Amino acid sequence: MQISLTVNGKNYQVTPPPMKRLLDVLREDLALTGTKEGCGEGECGACTAIMDGVLVLTCMVPICQAAGKHVTTIEGLAADGKLHPLQQAFLEKGGAQCGICTPGMIIAAAYYLEHPDEAEDIGEALAGNQCRCTGYTRIFESVKAAGVWDEC
Amino acid sequence: MDTFQTIGKSLQRKEGIPKVNGQAVYADDIRLENCLHGKTVRSTVPHGRIKQIRFGGDIHWNEFTIVLPSDIPGKNAVTLIDTEQPFLAEREIRHVAEPIALIAHPDKELVKTAHHYIHVDVEPLPAVFTMDEALQLNHVFKSYLVQNGDPSERWSGADLIVEETYRTGAQEHLYIEPQAMIATAIQGEQVTVWGSMQCPYYVQKALAPLFGLDPERVRVVQTETGGGFGGKEEYPNMIAGHAALLSWKAGGRPVKMIYDRREDMWATTKRHPSKTHIKAGFKHDGTLAVLDIDFLLDGGAYPTLSSVVLSRGILHAAGPYKCDCTRVRGRVVMTNSVPYGAFRGFGAPQSIYAIEMHMNRSAQELGIDPAELRRRNFLHQGDQMPTGQVIQEEIDLEMMMDRALELSSYRRKRTEFEEFNKRGETHRRGIGLSVFFHGSGFTGSGESHIGSEVAMRLTGQGGVEVLAANVEYGQGTNTVLAQIAAEACRIPPDLVEIHQPDTAAVPNSGPTVASRTTMITGKLVERASLELRKRLLEPDDFTTAARQYLAKHGELKVLVRYEPPAEIHWDDETYRGEAYAAYAWSCDVAEVELDLIDCTARATKFVSVVECGRVINPLLAACQIEGGIAQGIGLALYENVVLEQGAMKNNQFTNYIIPTAADVPEIQVEFVEFPHSNPGPYQAKGIGEMPIDGPAPAIASAVAQTLGGRFINEIPVLPERILSEVESS
Repeated sequence: MQISLTVNGKNYQVTPPPMKRLLDVLREDLALTGTKEGCGEGECGACTAIMDGVLVLTCMVPICQAAGKHVTTIEGLAADGKLHPLQQAFLEKGGAQCGICTPGMIIAAAYYLEHPDEAEDIGEALAGNQCRCTGYTRIFESVKAAGVWDEC
Repeated sequence: MDTFQTIGKSLQRKEGIPKVNGQAVYADDIRLENCLHGKTVRSTVPHGRIKQIRFGGDIHWNEFTIVLPSDIPGKNAVTLIDTEQPFLAEREIRHVAEPIALIAHPDKELVKTAHHYIHVDVEPLPAVFTMDEALQLNHVFKSYLVQNGDPSERWSGADLIVEETYRTGAQEHLYIEPQAMIATAIQGEQVTVWGSMQCPYYVQKALAPLFGLDPERVRVVQTETGGGFGGKEEYPNMIAGHAALLSWKAGGRPVKMIYDRREDMWATTKRHPSKTHIKAGFKHDGTLAVLDIDFLLDGGAYPTLSSVVLSRGILHAAGPYKCDCTRVRGRVVMTNSVPYGAFRGFGAPQSIYAIEMHMNRSAQELGIDPAELRRRNFLHQGDQMPTGQVIQEEIDLEMMMDRALELSSYRRKRTEFEEFNKRGETHRRGIGLSVFFHGSGFTGSGESHIGSEVAMRLTGQGGVEVLAANVEYGQGTNTVLAQIAAEACRIPPDLVEIHQPDTAAVPNSGPTVASRTTMITGKLVERASLELRKRLLEPDDFTTAARQYLAKHGELKVLVRYEPPAEIHWDDETYRGEAYAAYAWSCDVAEVELDLIDCTARATKFVSVVECGRVINPLLAACQIEGGIAQGIGLALYENVVLEQGAMKNNQFTNYIIPTAADVPEIQVEFVEFPHSNPGPYQAKGIGEMPIDGPAPAIASAVAQTLGGRFINEIPVLPERILSEVESS
């Protein structure tokens, strides 16, 4: 089954089994390994990406559902060799420690940067992205520094 | 006043850019041609004898690489402190999830399917799951006694005796990157592994005898590591051995072993469950007259690191209090549970939970405020700890506690909450505190035994490269070691490179454990830097001098080795002496809110005042403290490992609950510095583990205030436990 999808603005044709996870297609077929697997059951958020404007957990999306869709991953955030403001803020404010949750966390934050009304506060917004290193304080500060939820 | 160029500055994480742009390479991100995917066949019974292994189903088993114990070329034993644990159980199974055989195939999905068609016939044997049963059978891995008096002679002199038993459950590390390893092994020649780990030289030490090779023929390379917290201290030995055995059998083809989350949580180590009995005698004024502690750990089915976990546990059990008659007995027992192992804090969170709960409860019984009771008993410079160690450091616990009480408005809130709780609302409020220390570096003579080494060399840019085996796994090794090297060499930190830990390239600076990297390895980096400066004849301009030296001589590399401070003496036989070369100190205050409808408690505010000598990088140090506090909140309120036949039943993110972004309270961390007379680089001490020591007793004592002074002596303080207190009140 041939599937066409756009990832970070670039069109790809892939021929995986239809139920192969979008996560595995990104990592194995497209060599975009920035998207991580932490649990494989949609709980930890390490595999978060944006698909057609919606936040998705790529471990829960079979590739057949991604046909024709536009996907943004961590590799698609920096533009012209310049870090996205969120990436810069995570760097400066200590939002990344071991780094394994960071791509998913930044993608989720980038989504809420565009959709600030969809969550009551920063804690609720990022509650689906688990981090075991930071205690979240510095992640909140990083996200605030990039302009999401100034007052919280 | 010391002035520094780099020390004390919140420099950005050195490997930060690849971590925020998705380019950092973790083990599972490495693409290999011709790669096999490995999987472990594990036992489903806790104790038994293996009769046979059957490979069934409609599977082309001849396409698989299969490793059985008989395929092992060397010694079938994970060499750690001892060699009791096999890589693959050969005859006797001692716990559920114990490795029995290994399979590998190029098709990852097929490996998962085939795995279900392997049947292990086992003759079951009786199994032991509780510490009490294990004690009755005298299944004791290790016991210790620390004593500076005989309590039996002192009880009559006490005005009040308080006696209680405290329990802590297992805790899962839940690093977000599961265990992951890649190996190539060429028979009789060379084994190479790349993977997620804290201790490259531990892996080398474990694999050399497995293959009957000299250690230098086993090369171990750490890849970017997505968290560890102790869970990647000893377990990587096992998975590295398995991946390498499969590659060995497959003629050297690369083998990738990446655990899925369920296997990781089911089969790998956890924090040791504990049971601590404390009997304390006080004078009317609150002075601690006598303290008798019995500290018990469940070690699980193999000894792993349990003896040293026990040791650290008992050496922290008496808390930061002065008592001239203390006895601490520690025992770790063998059960048929999945082996317990290293976890941040390493036994100390369990024993500190018990003593701090006991101080809070005793304060209530004495009718003295918990802060005031501590003030009357704090250790000071010049006082003796139970091992006979005299506190040499300048330390002022009264000042630290007062600062924490002030930042948290403790006194006002304790009274206000008392009043609030009388109003009969559907929720209750509480505030509690804990004061504690954590020894930096290995216990006792451990650092002398391992004799760590660090090398440094000049680089073509006129900077330096640090060669050490301590890994970066989120805690800041790269940045902190670079700051120390930059300060000591007097160069900008950008001119310091940190070599990836690789046993073929870096000397053995010891494992990345025990809050030792900054203090012990950092000191070696400082000494190596000073040696480089000396060899360059103490230049004003290091960079120019380095370039000139290299142009003339080609290379300059120095190697330094650990030297114990002259005043440190430890007797392993009597357990007397300087247990740790330095201690970090802290006071936590936690506020909680209890919902009487669903009986859930949540932390609403947290204050931590920390003394860890000179803070090398305040941002990274605060990150460590906050992260440790979040794990401590989990330990206190949420993280419940449900055991079935000694193995984790709730082995999923879905049903093992850790604090999320929505659960963590505002956390305020403040450092105070007494940077004198400790042996660290620029008088820095360890920081990694201490923050998980204090939250549980502070939170559990705050919950006691919400329950009108009724203490729940077991963590996590789950809704079920709160409900039964509420119902019985």
